[in-house]
Amino acid sequence: MTLALNIFTLLVVAAGLLFFIVGTVGLLRLPDALARLHALTKADNIGLGLVVLGLLPQAVALWGVLAAAKMVGIWLLLQVSSGAVSQLMAEVAYRAAQRKDSEGGAAP
Amino acid sequence: MSLLLDAPLALVAIAVAIRAVAGGDAFARVAAFMAYGLVLGFIWVRLAAPDVALTEIAVGGGITGLVLLQAAGDARFSRERGVGLLYHVCAAILALGVFAALAAVVLLLPEPAPSLAPQVATNLPATDLGNPVTGVLIVFRALDTLLETVVLLVALIGVWSLSPDPLWRGRPAPLWPAPPSGALDFLARVVVPVGVLVGIYLFWAGADVPGGAFQGGAVLAAMALLAIMAGLMPAPALGGRRLRLALLAGPFAFLGVGIAGWFVADAFLDYPDGITKPLIIAVEVAITASIAVALALLVLGPPAGRKA
Repeated sequence: MTLALNIFTLLVVAAGLLFFIVGTVGLLRLPDALARLHALTKADNIGLGLVVLGLLPQAVALWGVLAAAKMVGIWLLLQVSSGAVSQLMAEVAYRAAQRKDSEGGAAP
Repeated sequence: MSLLLDAPLALVAIAVAIRAVAGGDAFARVAAFMAYGLVLGFIWVRLAAPDVALTEIAVGGGITGLVLLQAAGDARFSRERGVGLLYHVCAAILALGVFAALAAVVLLLPEPAPSLAPQVATNLPATDLGNPVTGVLIVFRALDTLLETVVLLVALIGVWSLSPDPLWRGRPAPLWPAPPSGALDFLARVVVPVGVLVGIYLFWAGADVPGGAFQGGAVLAAMALLAIMAGLMPAPALGGRRLRLALLAGPFAFLGVGIAGWFVADAFLDYPDGITKPLIIAVEVAITASIAVALALLVLGPPAGRKA
């Protein structure tokens, strides 16, 4: 049983790390702020979700159910904050891009 | 295995530190400074000092980063020229001197390094505390902590002094000039109640596990700032009596208990037997409140708006 749980942890955490790598590559390679934010939120949401999911059996075994629940709580909080903060950054980036466009259009 | 973890951490710390002081866009450098605080926190965790790690991330990276971010924003609109080359050279020499002195002290420590840890471990049961770091901060080296809370107060008065006389009792300028946004409002409404709970928990847990007044106070300050930024509550008028009482509560409660120690216990800042724990908790509550208010006000900056 322990072996099965350990294999589960390894696979799921590795899958989560893959999302972080993809998100980081996107952050470095994508052309504009909105696209970069899009890549980053995937890493935050699914990547961390998978890492937490993979560590849950270990946390229950080591420290009990409460510690596992705290990790899920951290993931939920990150969902809210990363979602809302990327929304805010996107708003600023969008407005800045619009301002640039209108200034570019006004100039002869 | 540990080198595999520690070497990249050390290299990343040096890289972001260089990014933070090397030239370029001020915002990018402040971002690097905040990342530096986070990496430094991880290093403290690796050194088995989670108390320091929490403080470093919350105060060193978070709150200080916010203050610098505002300064970078103000500097962008300022017409003052940058400082000259001589200034940079002098700063570099000073920084290298501090670095060399610290390195010398660390490298010249006798082996094994002198330690008071055994005394702390022996005397900790008398304080009813389980976390030796809190024991040192509140009991064994209480004078240092008392002075720290006073320093925070003096720093805040220094920030307030930057405002012109007629505004002295007014409100700080808003942190977030844009119109209120749905996302920010949502974030504040969901996160602030949870964050207040986390802040109080961090403070309360500090008696037995990593945490304490500074960490809890920093989280509470962040929650107040979030609520103010989202427009859920106005920035406080700095002349307010309750606000100033909250600021003074920590240092003066500490000082009061300390002076009482002369009469009912053996020395200044000594706690009488029997009621040690309740007294420590009372002092800690007052300190946490003062730290939270002071840190939030440090970020909000000098009064700039209309009179209260």
